[in-house]
Amino acid sequence: MYTQSFSVPDNAGQKNVAAVPSTENPELMAAFDARIDADGRIEPQDWMPEAYRKTLVRQISQHAHSEIVGMLPEGNWISRAPSLKRKAILIAKVQDEGGHGLYLYSAAETLGTSRDQMLEGLHSGKAKYSSIFNYPTLNWADVGVIGWLVDGAAIMNQIPLCRCSYGPYSRAMVRVCKEESFHQRQGYEALLVMMQGTEAQRAMVQDAVNRLWWKCLAMFGPPDADSPNSAQGMRWGIKRISNDELRQKFVDATVPQAKVLGVTLPDPDLKWNEERQHYDYGQIDWQEFWNTVEGNGPCNKERLATRVKAHNDGQWVRDAALAYTRKQQQRAQKEAA
Amino acid sequence: MNTPALKEWPLWEIFVRSKQGLEHKHCGSLHAADAAQALHMARDVYTRRQEGVSIWVVPSIAITASNPDDKGELFDPAADKIYRHPTFYEIPEEVGHM
Ligand SMILES: [Fe+2]
Ligand SMILES: [Fe+2]
Repeated sequence: MYTQSFSVPDNAGQKNVAAVPSTENPELMAAFDARIDADGRIEPQDWMPEAYRKTLVRQISQHAHSEIVGMLPEGNWISRAPSLKRKAILIAKVQDEGGHGLYLYSAAETLGTSRDQMLEGLHSGKAKYSSIFNYPTLNWADVGVIGWLVDGAAIMNQIPLCRCSYGPYSRAMVRVCKEESFHQRQGYEALLVMMQGTEAQRAMVQDAVNRLWWKCLAMFGPPDADSPNSAQGMRWGIKRISNDELRQKFVDATVPQAKVLGVTLPDPDLKWNEERQHYDYGQIDWQEFWNTVEGNGPCNKERLATRVKAHNDGQWVRDAALAYTRKQQQRAQKEAA
Repeated sequence: MNTPALKEWPLWEIFVRSKQGLEHKHCGSLHAADAAQALHMARDVYTRRQEGVSIWVVPSIAITASNPDDKGELFDPAADKIYRHPTFYEIPEEVGHM
């Protein structure tokens, strides 16, 4: 995965969109609220408030887009993996991410949006995806760090989503989470191997950690105080744990892993707080985060262009498959007549 | 099946039997041009780690579902028929397991 605890509004930039006042049928609304309060699940055919549906469509489709765009930075390294073993592992991981995108698009489709609509949103640049993928993968260690930290952050985000109130989304998350653990472990292990290598290899790992660490912390989304939509998401059981809480869990889990690996996390303020029983950490550059969300990160244009090209280049395959099916159907009808 | 002119790949529901002796279980859906392609893609999407030994694909439009609004009428009548459950019957202790 990769949500950046998304639900960044698609018109991010003009953030803090006010909640739409509910004009829903109060009786249906009460039944819906009661089910949510009882920690029940909502299924596609059930009545749901329009705002709930919209929020889910936005969040699930952004999540799906993130899986698909997330294939690109790692995909760049398939042909340059340092061994056949690493290449096979990387292909398997990237293929998993494609699968995650498919589970999620299918879940979103149950809410009445179409695959074409979602792809059109992505390809036109209207829909968002996780900003972490708008940074380049400059050396082989980046692939390891993506597995360890980016997939690691994603797992933190996604585990609570397995209990999301919307059935198809939670079921998709269960499948995704089962597969993510391999992603994180293969990345960490690849880094362990590099750390046992030459001085230059160790420097590559540290360089990759330095470049990606803060971006990973930002993946959890803006601080709770600046996340006006978060409370509603919590109320609806779409979000279970707040951005800051997840970020803290991630930091606490990662510090000991970094120690074992032998890398330094690039934050002078990072230290254990005995009183809080958590690690304190420094200030995240939110200006840079929003700037990248708004399309001005180092790779936004390249990623989108690559995605659109892949889609357009595949058009003939989709057309040919349909033409073949039509022909088969006509033949079957003729034989039946 | 009635076949209107296809414009996009239709949706298929995927059922996977995880091992011999167990039932096929719904595991998700996907788009494919035809049944053969749906099977092929289901293999790639849902059984990359030997999660299955058999796959069914069913066009989503072929499924008739009960209406959630009728849930009461459909399922409530079973609620007061507790005599359908073995625990409804008191059997003397000395009979043992029955
Ligand atoms: Fe994923
Ligand atoms: Fe992953």
